[in-house]
Amino acid sequence: MFTQFKYWKPFVGPFDPCKPIRVKSYSTPPQLYMNFQPPGLPQFTPQEALMAGTLWPQLYSPYPDPQKGGNPHG
Amino acid sequence: MFYYEKKLQYPVRVSTCNPMLAKFLIEQYGGADGELAAALRYMNQRYTIPDKVIGLLNDIAMEEFSHLEMIATMIYKLTKDATPEQMVAAGIGDHYVNHDKALFYHNAAGVPWTASYIQAKGDPIADLYEDIAAEEKARATYQWLIDISDDPDINDGLRFLREREVVHSMRFREAVEILKDEQNQKKFF
Repeated sequence: MFTQFKYWKPFVGPFDPCKPIRVKSYSTPPQLYMNFQPPGLPQFTPQEALMAGTLWPQLYSPYPDPQKGGNPHG
Repeated sequence: MFYYEKKLQYPVRVSTCNPMLAKFLIEQYGGADGELAAALRYMNQRYTIPDKVIGLLNDIAMEEFSHLEMIATMIYKLTKDATPEQMVAAGIGDHYVNHDKALFYHNAAGVPWTASYIQAKGDPIADLYEDIAAEEKARATYQWLIDISDDPDINDGLRFLREREVVHSMRFREAVEILKDEQNQKKFF
């Protein structure tokens, strides 16, 4: 399934000094999977596009901080 | 070629969560007198040094890489679980902005590592004197790090590294004596 963030569990040592962050994430935005952008993709209305920061729903990639519980899948 | 052994030269333990120490330790990672500079300096100078002391430079270069790993482990352990807010509070907000929590070869002031920190003059005595000076500067840096660190486990690792710098300095001094060559020989001119 396509997700805009991937998660991984780094090694947590038994003697780590700080409280461990058990799950870390990195961003995999939609354009990574698109190659050359095909013509004629569906478009947002101008108002929606202004809020989304892109004209095309398929390229919409919000960036909440997934470590803070934001919904990273937009 | 290298054979890699998946363990540290000396165990690295960190007992207190104090990311600010990472800001200071990075001096020995990418600083002028740090382990990277040392390892690269010796591994490069060894080609044009007399055969008698090539092995010495080779071995010490390898050990400096092992020290580089120990320093990297200390820094990583101190920063890997810090939130962006904690990074800022620890005085490494500027590092976070540039590198997230990745390590980078720069000194405690954020100046990136540069090859002009090291030298290869081709003259064996000049090169070895530079190496002695580098080891003494690294030893002093470790001393200053121990002075400002209050983590007993980190200090244990730093003391080991400080001691090794002393040993390297002595070995380089021996190499100079080997190259001076004429001593204790009954030669009359």
